[in-house]
Amino acid sequence: MLSLVTFLPLVGAAAILFAVHRDASARIVALGVSLATFLLSLGLYAAFDTSTAEFQFLEEVPWLPGLGIAYRMGVDGISLSLLLLTTLLTPICILASWESIKTRVREYMMAFLALESFVIGVFCALDFLLFYILWEAMLIPMFLLIGIWGGPRRVYAALKFFLYTLAGSVVMLIAVLVLAHQGHTFSIPELMKLHLPLNVQVWLFLGFFVSFAVKVPMWPVHTWLPDAHVEAPTAGSVILAGILLKMGAYGFLRFSLPMLPEASHYFAPFIYGLSLVAVVYTALVALMQTDLKKLIAYSSVSHMGFVTLGLFAFNRLGIEGGVLQMINHGLVSGALFLLVGVVYDRLHTREIARFGGLALRMPVYATLFMVFTMAAVGLPGTNGFVGEFLVLLGVFATSKGVATVAATGVVLGAAYMLWMFKKVVFGEIRHADVDALTDITPRELALFVPLLVLVFWIGFYPDPFLRLLHASVNGLLTQMAAGGVGAEHATLVAP
Amino acid sequence: MSTNPLILFAPLLGALIAGLFGHRLGKAMSQKVTILGVMVALVLSIGAFFRIAVDDGAVEHTPIFSWIISGTFHVDFAMFIDRLTAVMLIVVTGVSCMVHIYSVGYMDEDPDHPRFFSYLSLFTFAMLMLVTGDNFLQLFFGWEGVGLASYLLIGFWFKKESACNAAIKAFLVNRVGDFGFALGIFTIYMVFDTLDYAEVFRLAGSGHYPHGIDFLFFGPVDTITLICLLLFVGAMGKSAQLGLHTWLPDAMEGPTPVSALIHAATMVTAGVFMVCRASPLFELSETALAVVTLVGAATAFFAASVGLVQNDIKRVVAYSTCSQLGYMFFAAGVSAYAASMFHLMTHAFFKALLFLGSGAVINAMHHEQDMRRMGGLRKKIPETYLLMMIGTLALTGFPFLAGFYSKDIILESAFAAHSVTGTVAWLLGITAAAMTTFYSFRLIFMTFHGRPADTHAYDHAHEPPLSMRAPLLVLAAGAIGAGYIGRPMVEEGWFKGAIPLAPGHEALAHAHHVHWIIGWLPFGMFLFGLFLAWRLYILQPGLSGQIAGRWPKLYRFLANAWFFDRLYDRLFVQSARALGTGLWRVGDETIIDGYGVNGLANRIGLLAGWLRRRQTGYLYHYALAMLVGLVVLITWCV
Repeated sequence: MLSLVTFLPLVGAAAILFAVHRDASARIVALGVSLATFLLSLGLYAAFDTSTAEFQFLEEVPWLPGLGIAYRMGVDGISLSLLLLTTLLTPICILASWESIKTRVREYMMAFLALESFVIGVFCALDFLLFYILWEAMLIPMFLLIGIWGGPRRVYAALKFFLYTLAGSVVMLIAVLVLAHQGHTFSIPELMKLHLPLNVQVWLFLGFFVSFAVKVPMWPVHTWLPDAHVEAPTAGSVILAGILLKMGAYGFLRFSLPMLPEASHYFAPFIYGLSLVAVVYTALVALMQTDLKKLIAYSSVSHMGFVTLGLFAFNRLGIEGGVLQMINHGLVSGALFLLVGVVYDRLHTREIARFGGLALRMPVYATLFMVFTMAAVGLPGTNGFVGEFLVLLGVFATSKGVATVAATGVVLGAAYMLWMFKKVVFGEIRHADVDALTDITPRELALFVPLLVLVFWIGFYPDPFLRLLHASVNGLLTQMAAGGVGAEHATLVAP
Repeated sequence: MSTNPLILFAPLLGALIAGLFGHRLGKAMSQKVTILGVMVALVLSIGAFFRIAVDDGAVEHTPIFSWIISGTFHVDFAMFIDRLTAVMLIVVTGVSCMVHIYSVGYMDEDPDHPRFFSYLSLFTFAMLMLVTGDNFLQLFFGWEGVGLASYLLIGFWFKKESACNAAIKAFLVNRVGDFGFALGIFTIYMVFDTLDYAEVFRLAGSGHYPHGIDFLFFGPVDTITLICLLLFVGAMGKSAQLGLHTWLPDAMEGPTPVSALIHAATMVTAGVFMVCRASPLFELSETALAVVTLVGAATAFFAASVGLVQNDIKRVVAYSTCSQLGYMFFAAGVSAYAASMFHLMTHAFFKALLFLGSGAVINAMHHEQDMRRMGGLRKKIPETYLLMMIGTLALTGFPFLAGFYSKDIILESAFAAHSVTGTVAWLLGITAAAMTTFYSFRLIFMTFHGRPADTHAYDHAHEPPLSMRAPLLVLAAGAIGAGYIGRPMVEEGWFKGAIPLAPGHEALAHAHHVHWIIGWLPFGMFLFGLFLAWRLYILQPGLSGQIAGRWPKLYRFLANAWFFDRLYDRLFVQSARALGTGLWRVGDETIIDGYGVNGLANRIGLLAGWLRRRQTGYLYHYALAMLVGLVVLITWCV
């Protein structure tokens, strides 16, 4: 079942390669395949047992038995929620590229489907080698998406993105090999049971850290992100912000925290420091941006700072909030990039000063923009609030000072988002081409509806989403407690 | 099945229908739907009030559904109505209903009708969420929700740059307050492991909690004091108290009905309500109460002093609101919460009346807000004049009107508190009372008396249509009668369990027995203020200009509202922008990318280039290198 979900998009890509020769049919096949994948993943959700922390839908096929390598797949609540996010965002991305991609459509769709396969694979892989291969493989389609269908400086951006992440992965490879050597297996569930001495943990942690930190991205290795976003096509930005940024945080959750609990604890102040810098520093930088996509890119760094803070709070509220915030960021920043794409398709500019007065010509668009802006700002009733609140509540229990500084990010976040919103949507119309704009089409509206529903659903009733996480986070906390780290309760009084 | 949740959902439904389908339903239908929603809420609220406050029924608690659950963290959406909430329900739905009806006339010419009514109803929903929660997180939900509605309504005329800026400013200043508020909520959860009012208050009262916790660099501090002060920061933002007040005058950029509903009667009183709601916590901390008293008193004085010199009719009323909120806070600070709520209620009536009356004046003068361009209007719009006069007399504490009862009991409580802070508050409050009368009558005299400054506008001035007059009449009735009718509120124990007083906190009980001179002193201040206003604006109209010329620095200090805006602009806005630019250009582009990423790439490029150039292909270069190598090797070996 898992393998089907994982490789269906790749099969679709192969089908386009061999059997489809027209652009129009390539679009339809890609959309159909990605929707089928989404429906299948909903089946996974339905069949998933939320009461256990064990990996489910397990598959294991021996591969290189001598080295303890096998094709191992399985999901827990954390990876399943990220998998669902991926399968949801991919059809949206394909639909968003419907008209804006005009050249090499077949290749584009193939790259997208391949990317989906690799990403799902990363979330499902329970074997370190498989994980590593997929982790690296997903760079290729993303590199192509930016480098071929990107903006004017696409080559610089694509190279920067590729080299940054590759530099990180090389160090991770060493860490993976050391870890596998220590445990005599590449099986991730087996390795989670391993208990390593602190000095080994510390080195391994650093090895993983470089790779994950680039992906999150954490300050100061974040500078590839604004460039990549600005140059990437709309759908590329959506998938980059929505899914690829989650890889780093997922890595921390899947490997660093459970396998290296003491080292995680040891480095927590360091992570806190970097995250706080990310939250405040990038928020200030975002305040001064003149390019819409760059602004949202910087805001992503700031928001991902909250995620890493939550994960390293080592308590339930922080971790559940962190994972929820990953989902939220995927939905909201994805939606914001799509919104930018809508006007970019019409005016071919992302310069904030070139807009203004959009509300007068595009009221539906303005309303959508408002809702997602408020979700990004973390207004109660939207998903952003639930995530941010849980994270801060969890972090507050671990360190009041850290939570206090992080909370200033909430104020700054409101400042740059509202300022941007005002410049783009409010005000008088100052340019003739803005005056001639038409409101969003039904196809474009269809992109936003599922995201809109989820923003309010998670905002008002996050239970179905949090319930998916409870048992897995429980398991994680138990594992960390075995290493003497973390606290179940974020309070001073026992209940 | 209780009908109480309908109080929340009727306005929400109205807002959604008008907001989503307004352009199809049209103007009249959007109005009807939203007004109907609010009226349903009003009728049900009156019902709830009668059951709970008049018939002395039990507290009504209806959980709606679970909001967030994570581990032991559990928060519900609920309807919780005790006497405190019941009073707020009447105020909120009552004023909201009046404002909806008034807007039918006031916004008649605006093409964006459905959007406006949708926002008004959305605001009403959020405000009702705020007052009906049974836990701190639902309070916060409503708290930020009204902030959103306020942002949307201030920026309603989004084509105006100034309106957009005012909207952003309101949102951001409130966010600063909410920052404190959120930290307060975190602390409550950490200490008590719950956010339910009942549980938190029970545990706090029982004393079973850690009494000192470390907070940042302050070292160990008293837990309850910390919680109360953090919550109070939120209240300062929402209720525009000194320091976080700067957004309120600017918020006057919004349409006038908005100012009446949000920035006078309801939203800005949320902070006062919160302090009263959390009174079981505030009662446990003398320090927090002292801070509340002093901040409130300082605001009452500050805003009144600034109100003396404003020329924009709405700004006068806005500063007046700010000042009156200060009164409510220092009443709460001396543990006279009931007096605070009493004034909140009466103020809602007469201040909404004043705002809507000002709206009628502005409407009559074709959107002119500068009082210097008005004058003599009492002959053209006598009915509006009469209504404004009622509002003014109620505000200034003319005997037997609303403010007379509620403001006097606040001042008497402060006096009767017999504490240093109470006495300071009393002195500032009594001074502010004189200033209140002065600026209120200054407004009346400049607008309605004297000679018309702009004869053209004067000639075309007209009374408002019926839809605007009717709500004014209802509010005027409230401004006259609310004080008399509401008096039982300040009698001992009216609020029952909602406001328990700690032993020794009996300012309100003693307030009924102060010396008659203290009791009538506010009236003396009223006469004094009235006399001054009459002297300066009727008897000798040029005199005020001479006085301003005599003390130009003081005048500028007041006219610029003590220079808070300029200070904040320098301190926060400019520095944030400078820092942002610096981090971006220097931090990201020069250091990280310049020296780091691209620098590294360049170094590698240079190194590679250097290596490449060594491979010249000339045989004699290689031969020389080999020779040197051989010599070195031999030397080293031998």
